[in-house]
Amino acid sequence: MRLINVRPRRGTAILLACLPFVVLALAYLVGSAVRLAENPSDKLLPALSTIVQTVKLYAFTADRRTGLYLLWSDSAASLGRLFAGIGIATALALVLGLLNGILPVVRAVLAPFVAVVSMVPPLALLPILFIVLGLGEVSKVTLIVIGVAPILIRDLALSAQALPREQIIKAETLSASTWLIAIRVVLPQVLPRLIDSLRLQIGPAFLFLIAAEAISADSGLGYRIFLVRRYLSMDVIFPYVAWITLLAVAMDLGLTALRRRVFPWSELERGR
Amino acid sequence: MSGIEIRNLWKEYGDQVVLQNVDLTIAPRAFIALVGPSGCGKTTFLRMLLGQETPTRGTITLDGAPLPHEPDPDRGVVFQRYSVFPHMTVLGNVMAGPELRASRFLGRTFGARRRAIADEARAMLAEVGLAGSEDKYPAQLSGGMQQRLALAQALMMKPKVLLLDEPFGALDPGIRSDIHRLMKRLWNEVPMTVVMVTHDLKEAFTLATRIIAFERTRDRPEERLRYGATITKDILIWPPRSAGKTTIWDADLLPGRDDPTIPGPIAGTTWPKEEPDADAYPPLR
Repeated sequence: MRLINVRPRRGTAILLACLPFVVLALAYLVGSAVRLAENPSDKLLPALSTIVQTVKLYAFTADRRTGLYLLWSDSAASLGRLFAGIGIATALALVLGLLNGILPVVRAVLAPFVAVVSMVPPLALLPILFIVLGLGEVSKVTLIVIGVAPILIRDLALSAQALPREQIIKAETLSASTWLIAIRVVLPQVLPRLIDSLRLQIGPAFLFLIAAEAISADSGLGYRIFLVRRYLSMDVIFPYVAWITLLAVAMDLGLTALRRRVFPWSELERGR
Repeated sequence: MSGIEIRNLWKEYGDQVVLQNVDLTIAPRAFIALVGPSGCGKTTFLRMLLGQETPTRGTITLDGAPLPHEPDPDRGVVFQRYSVFPHMTVLGNVMAGPELRASRFLGRTFGARRRAIADEARAMLAEVGLAGSEDKYPAQLSGGMQQRLALAQALMMKPKVLLLDEPFGALDPGIRSDIHRLMKRLWNEVPMTVVMVTHDLKEAFTLATRIIAFERTRDRPEERLRYGATITKDILIWPPRSAGKTTIWDADLLPGRDDPTIPGPIAGTTWPKEEPDADAYPPLR
C-alpha cells in the first residue's frame, strides 16, 4: 500500500498527536537531569520540582510586596489589553472591511490605503506610540489594534468580495436595498470567516502585546518574563510561556466552538 | 400581464460586439427558451433582461416602461448555482423576499406578520415539493432540491418575469424530468412570463412556447470581433402551448410515455383501453 493512502485510525491518531509533546517533555527532562548532574546550580534547564515550586509561589502565594497572586494579576492585566486590542480591531474590521468589500466606491478610496498601512511594521511604530500616547495602557492596546486590524479588514473585504455575485443579484430581485444586502446577506456570511481569521491573528496579537509589555509596563505576562530574564529565572519563564500558549490555544478552540455554535451552516458549507 | 419588447438591442464589451441588432417581442405569459452555442450571448441577453448588464444600444421595455438598470422584484431569477443563501434555512430562504420587503431596516419581521409570511412560505415549499425540509440548510439538500428552493424563493415575490439561467443544467436526467414537470405546472399556475437559457434542446422543446436561437451569422476569425450574435431562428412550438391550458400533446400523452409521436399500443385500436393512472399523470389545471 502506498504511504499516501495510509490513514491512522481515530485512537492511533490521538496517540500520534500526543507523540511530539511526549518527546519534547522527555527531551527536556533528560537534558535537565544531565545538566543538573553536572552542575547542581544550573539555571538553564531547571528540574521539574523547581518549576512546580515556582509555579506554587507565583500562582498560589500572595506576593510579599504587593499582596497579589502574580500569575493571575499578570494574566488579568495582559488579557485585558489583549481583549481590548482585539475587540477594537474586530469592530474596525467589521465596519471598514464590510464597506470595503461591498461598495465599489468605498473600495476605490480605502483599499489601496489599507493595503499600504497593513505593510507598515507595527513594531517600528511602537516608539511613536509611546511618545505620542504615553507609556500607559493606550499605547499597548493601540499597538495591537494597528498590528491586527489591517489584516482583519483586508481579509473581511476579500471574503465579502468573494461571495458569488449571483447571491447579491438574487437579493436585489428579492427587493433588498444596499443596507439590507449588507446586514442580511453579506454580514452573516463573512462572520464565520472573520472568526477564522481572528484565530489566525491571536498569535500576532500576543506578539505585539508582549513586545509592548517588555518595553514598558508594571504588570503583565510579557513584563514578568522580561523582568525575570535578568536573573536567568528559567523556572519562571518556562511556565509563563506554557501558560501563554495554553491561553492562546484555549482562545483558538473557543473561537472554533463559537463559530460552530452560532453558524452551524458554516460547517456544512466547509464540507463541500 | 407583462409583455417584453426588445428593440434594436446591441451589447459590446470594448471592441467586442457580443449581440447585434436583436429585436424581439415577448408576449405576456410566454415561456421563451433561449438556445444557441456557447459564447453566443444568450446569457448576456438574459442578464440585460435582469438588469445586471446594460445594453450598449437599444431599449427593453416591460409593460411599456423601460427596464430599470438594476435588478428589482419584478424580475425573479434562478441561476444554475448560488441561487440560494447558504446561511439561511430552507424556510428562511423562502421567507427572505417578503421579509426584506416588509422590514426595510432590519430585514426581519416579528410576531403576526412573521407568522403570516412563514405560513405563505410553507405553502410555497409544499407547492415545490420541499415540505418537511423547512429547517434544513441548503448544503443539506441535493442539487435538484436546491433548485426547487431557488424557484420557491423567487416565486414568493410574485415576479412578472421569471428568468432562468440554465437552472437545470447540472441535474441528472431523472431529477431533471421531475423538475420539468414542476416547472410546467408553475408556469401554468403562476401569472408570469418565463425566459430560460438552456443548452438542452430537448428541455427547450419540452417546456417552452417559443424557442429563440442565437447564433453568429459571421463567424470567420477576422469577423469575430466586430460581428456579434443575433436571433437566427424563432420557432413557435406547435401545437401551441398556452399557459393554463392543456395542449393536445399533454392531453394525448399516455401514462409512462413521453414520446408523443407514438400514439398508443398497437393492438387493434390506436387508443389505450385502460384509463390513464391519475397519479402517474396529474391533469394540468
